[in-house]
Amino acid sequence: MNTNKILTIDQLSAGFGQAEIVKKISMAISTHEIAALIGPSGCGKSTFLRCLNRLHEENSEAWVNGEVNLEGKNIYQEGIDPVHVRSQIGMVFQKPNPFPSMSIFENVAAGLTIRGIKKRAYVSQVVEKSLRQAALWDEVKDKLKSPGTSLSGGQQQRLCIARALAINPPVILMDEPTSALDPISTSKIEELLLQLKKEVTIVIVTHNMQQAARISDQTSFFLMGELIETNNTKQFFTNPDDIRSENYISGRFG
Amino acid sequence: MMKYTQRKIKNNFMKFLLFFLTLFAVIPLAIIFFHVIRSGFGALNYSFLTSLPAPIGQPGGGIANALIGSFTMIALASLISIPVGIFGGTFLSEYPQGKLSSSFSFVVDLMTSIPSIVIGLYIYAMIVVPMKGFSAYAGALALALLMFPIVVKSTEEILKLLPQNIREAGLALGIPRWRVILSIVLKGSIPSLTTGVLLSIARISGETAPLLLTAFGNQYWADGLNQPTASLTVQIYNYAISPYQEWHQQAWAGAFILLMTVFIFNLIARGILVKSQKDS
Repeated sequence: MNTNKILTIDQLSAGFGQAEIVKKISMAISTHEIAALIGPSGCGKSTFLRCLNRLHEENSEAWVNGEVNLEGKNIYQEGIDPVHVRSQIGMVFQKPNPFPSMSIFENVAAGLTIRGIKKRAYVSQVVEKSLRQAALWDEVKDKLKSPGTSLSGGQQQRLCIARALAINPPVILMDEPTSALDPISTSKIEELLLQLKKEVTIVIVTHNMQQAARISDQTSFFLMGELIETNNTKQFFTNPDDIRSENYISGRFG
Repeated sequence: MMKYTQRKIKNNFMKFLLFFLTLFAVIPLAIIFFHVIRSGFGALNYSFLTSLPAPIGQPGGGIANALIGSFTMIALASLISIPVGIFGGTFLSEYPQGKLSSSFSFVVDLMTSIPSIVIGLYIYAMIVVPMKGFSAYAGALALALLMFPIVVKSTEEILKLLPQNIREAGLALGIPRWRVILSIVLKGSIPSLTTGVLLSIARISGETAPLLLTAFGNQYWADGLNQPTASLTVQIYNYAISPYQEWHQQAWAGAFILLMTVFIFNLIARGILVKSQKDS
């Protein structure tokens, strides 16, 4: 059982300065699954997510304690370069954020070309593969040179997913990736995620409980920086272990 | 509740007021513009642009040496101030925490408010006196000191407009921070940075006082960058304070050239900005 856990988080705490936002959280995430993190605003789920690729520490006064093991290796071990960690764990943000003044092609290729991988044939091949994986290829194949920002919001978000996929990370983190999108774009991305999980493990923060119920295999409920419950999604939404989870999903607070 | 017509009248009145006040602000600009064009355009001809100033009493004469002198000094100043200023502004925008950043920001703010004559005087004391002569170098340096804080501030403001999550997206791809700044933040801001730079060039093109104290001016071609050098602005000044009617004409013609140059720089800057906004 333990062998297919790609991420195991052990006693992870994090915060800014005096404030502790994430409190001693432990959980495990299985390979090729979608793990949803839900909870009211300010419950620490986004901060927790940003600890998983060591992006949290880029803020001033940010601190992290505990362990995050990716394929058995602690990414917070001394001597581990956060830049290297981030090349293994992709991330997609709440607002679509294609790089400005870059074409669609350049956006997807950025993770390779900026890090010095410039072989043309290889880069083109990766760009096409990533755009296909992100279900965007057919829509953009004739205009790869147009600016990334010229696409619609939903397309931009899929472009950002393609950009994250291009560096071939085993895990992708998503921070409310559909909250800025319309329902049609949202459902496209949800379908896409269900396809993608065959190849990558996805950890997704969402405010939308139906979304968590629709697409995730495992759901974790956060409250005030603490992890209340991690459960099989079906179990979580039908028969949660904790009364607070039940109150939350039935809309009694949050 | 106010009636529809009442609201409409009130709205139209405020609209008219705003329009009127805007017009009021634009009127002086328009007057200056048309006056310079009317007085300057007549004195303008090909030989004015290609010949040296004529000695007193002789007809004709031009501003060829002043045009080249201004161009040289502005180019030299840009060569120093643009790269240094962009890096300084990038530092302020990307590493805003820390003592170094806040004191640098303070110094730059101070520099922006130093009167240009003081900068001229400073370069006069530091460069002109020890080198025993006015020179294009000294002029360029004075202009560079004026230009530097403008470039720093505009770069800082431009880069700060870029959403933070663009930087995070770069970091999340496993790109080191310095590469994110160089290849994503700066590269993505090239159009607006160009606009900022062009505006700062336009801004220093009109400087006279510091050049008077550093490059001094020259009725002839300068023999090198270490010689007193003519500039458009100082030449305009010299022509304008003379008692001769014909030289006054030359001053207007020079002013016309200067105004048009600044105007065109502003137009290009605006054009680049509009185009980049359309693209994104």
